[in-house]
Amino acid sequence: MSDVTNTCNTEAWFYSDIVKDHFFNPRNFLKEENPPADFKAYGNYGSPACGDEMKVWLKIDPATKKIVGYLWKTFGCASAIAAASMCSVMCLEDEGMTIDEVAKITPQMIVDRLGGLPPRKIHCSVLCDKALRNAINNFVTKNEL
Amino acid sequence: MKRFVYLDHAATTPLDPRVFAVMKPWLTEKFGNPSSFHSAGKEAKDAIEAARVSISKNLSCRAEEIIFTSGGTESDNLAILGFARANSSAGKHLIISAIEHHAVLEAAKRLEKEGFEISYVQPNLEGIIELDSIKPLVRPDTVLISVMLANNEIGTIQPISEIGNWIQKTRGAKQYPVFHTDACQAAGALELSVEKLHVDLMTINGSKIYGPKGTGALYIHHGLRLQPLQFGGAQERGLRPGTENVAGIIGLAVALELAQKEKNKESERLIILRDKLISEILKNIPKTQLNGHSKNRLPNNVNISFLDIEGEALLLYLDAQGVCASTGSACASASLDPSHVILAIGRSPEEAHGAMRFTLGHSTTEKDIDYVLKVLPPLVEKLRMFSSMSV
Repeated sequence: MSDVTNTCNTEAWFYSDIVKDHFFNPRNFLKEENPPADFKAYGNYGSPACGDEMKVWLKIDPATKKIVGYLWKTFGCASAIAAASMCSVMCLEDEGMTIDEVAKITPQMIVDRLGGLPPRKIHCSVLCDKALRNAINNFVTKNEL
Repeated sequence: MKRFVYLDHAATTPLDPRVFAVMKPWLTEKFGNPSSFHSAGKEAKDAIEAARVSISKNLSCRAEEIIFTSGGTESDNLAILGFARANSSAGKHLIISAIEHHAVLEAAKRLEKEGFEISYVQPNLEGIIELDSIKPLVRPDTVLISVMLANNEIGTIQPISEIGNWIQKTRGAKQYPVFHTDACQAAGALELSVEKLHVDLMTINGSKIYGPKGTGALYIHHGLRLQPLQFGGAQERGLRPGTENVAGIIGLAVALELAQKEKNKESERLIILRDKLISEILKNIPKTQLNGHSKNRLPNNVNISFLDIEGEALLLYLDAQGVCASTGSACASASLDPSHVILAIGRSPEEAHGAMRFTLGHSTTEKDIDYVLKVLPPLVEKLRMFSSMSV
């Protein structure tokens, strides 16, 4: 944590060990060109021109409405990659969050799980909650839930 | 096996041990204040005047035309703000190249708030500021034109002599416009004769040429009026009051002397390494493009956009392999804006976000370049696997 604190307005520029772990070894990103056919809920947010973009594909159990599969891709800096990875871990742990629980994820929850981020990085690099909400909305609309 | 490969010499260079050796006594036993009227003061005063003479020889100017400052930023600020404010009765229009360092651009922005008008000259797609782009911008009330000698991000060398010659001829017997060039990045590779370059103001900096940080100089052509930025003493003709950084000034002079003496040999060596790094990256890594002119650039500058990935991420992946580089990406900048230089040469914001700068220096060997060429491709490939631009 010491390297992400703000001391006398001299903002530290370095990342926590958890951020580094997820940045160098990201979990659950989409390796192939296309997601498997049963990852039907797709959402995105941001744009590469602005420096950050997030895409997510979710596999949702139709009966339990739980997230049972999560894949992502991002155009972004270290904190965007780490946040995308951590968000996927959060959604999938304990047999998966329900879509109602996922809708309640905030950027701060992801930042806390990452052990903090440099303050200026939070609003631009934590886009996964918005991309997730977009995916859930698309899923709900398509399935008339 | 992991190496430490420092390829960020445009950010700063280490202090040359030869420079440090000359500076050392002036940090310890020779501590006098150059303004004091005793022997300790006289000794320090003589030393900074000798440094002034040495610098003036490298710039082909008179010693009294050199002012010592705290670095490139202060020299640029003093040139732009100090000259414009002191000469505002003659006109309130300046022409500034769009690819200047922020030390010039932000000073110009400050002047806009004070009622000055600034015209920005755009470079061509290869990052060169052409004389023909400046000509139509010149007005009767133009007091200052500023174009850097070599760009800090893409290393492009500007036709300063051609521009300066035209300005001199055009103004004839008139006093305006005067011509400023920021030579911070150029001092290790290019000739700095203010006569040959036809410049009236020139910024020099110590920390890019293996000199001490916090040292700089401004060449001010004899007779030009400038307003100081700080007050409280008569040092440096009142243009830069405050007790002189004696050891720093001496170090700056030695560093500049060495840089100018060794520039041809060192440039020859670096151009080979630079061109190897550029051509091998472009050949071996798909979706890469060189930013800036391929030949008309500093011998130590490589700037390449890696499409589909973001520069800060690549910078940190390289750092983990021991390679220090720099990026034009917004994420790595304090302002969170992508590089204004990469955008000015017609690249898209995505291309600017993926721009990496590698700047070579004294310590750089062919083994270092081979190491970068070995570790870089898999890092780029890995980052592209997460990239949303690949789907």
